Amino acid sequence: MSPEITPSQTIGPFFHDALLDEDRSELVPPDHPEAVRIEGALYDGAGEPVPDAMVEIWQASAAGRYNDLPPDPGIFSGFGRSGTDAGGRFSFVTVKPGPVHGPDGSLHAPHVMVSIFARGLLKRLITRIYFPDEEQANANDPVLSSIEDPKLRVTLIAREEGAVLRFDVYLQGEDQTAFFEFSDQ
Amino acid sequence: MRQQGSSGTGDAYREDQPPYLYPDYVATRLRAPKKPLIILPKTLSDTTGPAYGRGPIGELDNDLTRQHSGEPLGERIIVTGRVLDGDGRPVRNSLIEIWQANAAGRYTHRLDRHPAPLDPNFSGAGRCLTDDEGRYRFVTVKPGAYPWKNHENAWRPAHIHLSLFGEAFRSRLITQMYFPGDPLFEYDPIFQSVRDEKARRRMISAFDLETTQPEWALGYRFDIVLEGRNAIPMENHK
Repeated sequence: MSPEITPSQTIGPFFHDALLDEDRSELVPPDHPEAVRIEGALYDGAGEPVPDAMVEIWQASAAGRYNDLPPDPGIFSGFGRSGTDAGGRFSFVTVKPGPVHGPDGSLHAPHVMVSIFARGLLKRLITRIYFPDEEQANANDPVLSSIEDPKLRVTLIAREEGAVLRFDVYLQGEDQTAFFEFSDQ
Repeated sequence: MRQQGSSGTGDAYREDQPPYLYPDYVATRLRAPKKPLIILPKTLSDTTGPAYGRGPIGELDNDLTRQHSGEPLGERIIVTGRVLDGDGRPVRNSLIEIWQANAAGRYTHRLDRHPAPLDPNFSGAGRCLTDDEGRYRFVTVKPGAYPWKNHENAWRPAHIHLSLFGEAFRSRLITQMYFPGDPLFEYDPIFQSVRDEKARRRMISAFDLETTQPEWALGYRFDIVLEGRNAIPMENHK
């Protein structure tokens, strides 16, 4: 009866030609009136940048709907993929998603789902990017609220840095980013 | 062990998946998170997923032996199977991306320094969509084993990397397909990081005479089961 799920294995160091042959980091064109640029870097437990990772995002549209394809397909799918460079840096151009309702009717603050794959990660890491200008919605968000340690909670909220939103990811250590596992509920 | 409350240790309790920290695989030591994972309740953010992860797929994208002017060297193989969700339903029209070393155990990647020959007729990357029954099919050459620097005299068993989306953000999977009877299994910390032996076996393809085409190519079958929308993740009851 239990599903026999195929185990995860690391992406390894040699995925670039297969997975990053097309640039999927721009979910909307940079000149889109509501374009938001998200930039960040990935750091390991020694504080060194992780240059061989792949970051994927999945998010709702500005209206808060998933798979909300506009009449002009391909403009916004809600999915993005970026490699990391020698400095561990990744980036996306997207729109800010709208708030999304949870199954119990609760309202989740605008957020972007994130998967991180890399050599040395036997399975992906899962995190969320929240937005700094949503103080009230973030305070009421059931997922953010479930994180008891305020220092860990704050790692999920991007920082405004000039024209970009900055979201750095620390895999280990004092400043470690909050990572998730799925519950079946 | 699992902690009470909103955070679990989130790792070692599930023996059918590798843990983040597996010290024998040295690269996990500085990359595995150490703080408890936060339990994420089911929401639309993870029970939905991208309908499609890339631009159009070319007609020959699932045939890695026909991407250049000549044929690659090595043992020609057919790799086929079904992609199912955790409830046993076929995952239809879903993207699979693969990559692998050539028959000599060398990747085209610029950072692969293994002194084995590159093959001008083999790039080692392919993709296809599953059909209405969740089936996929690739034609390629059997990849060679290759050395890596994890420990003294370390060699990876022959494998093909696979990336799958499935129906939801939850079902996203990157894994590796191995070949039956590989003598390197017991020495490979990446393979061994899955502690449950039955789960390890689910990463090994099966030689399949029905898929094998006479006078042309050996066939291997590899079925993949993704976390389904309604699947109940198995906890370790043993």
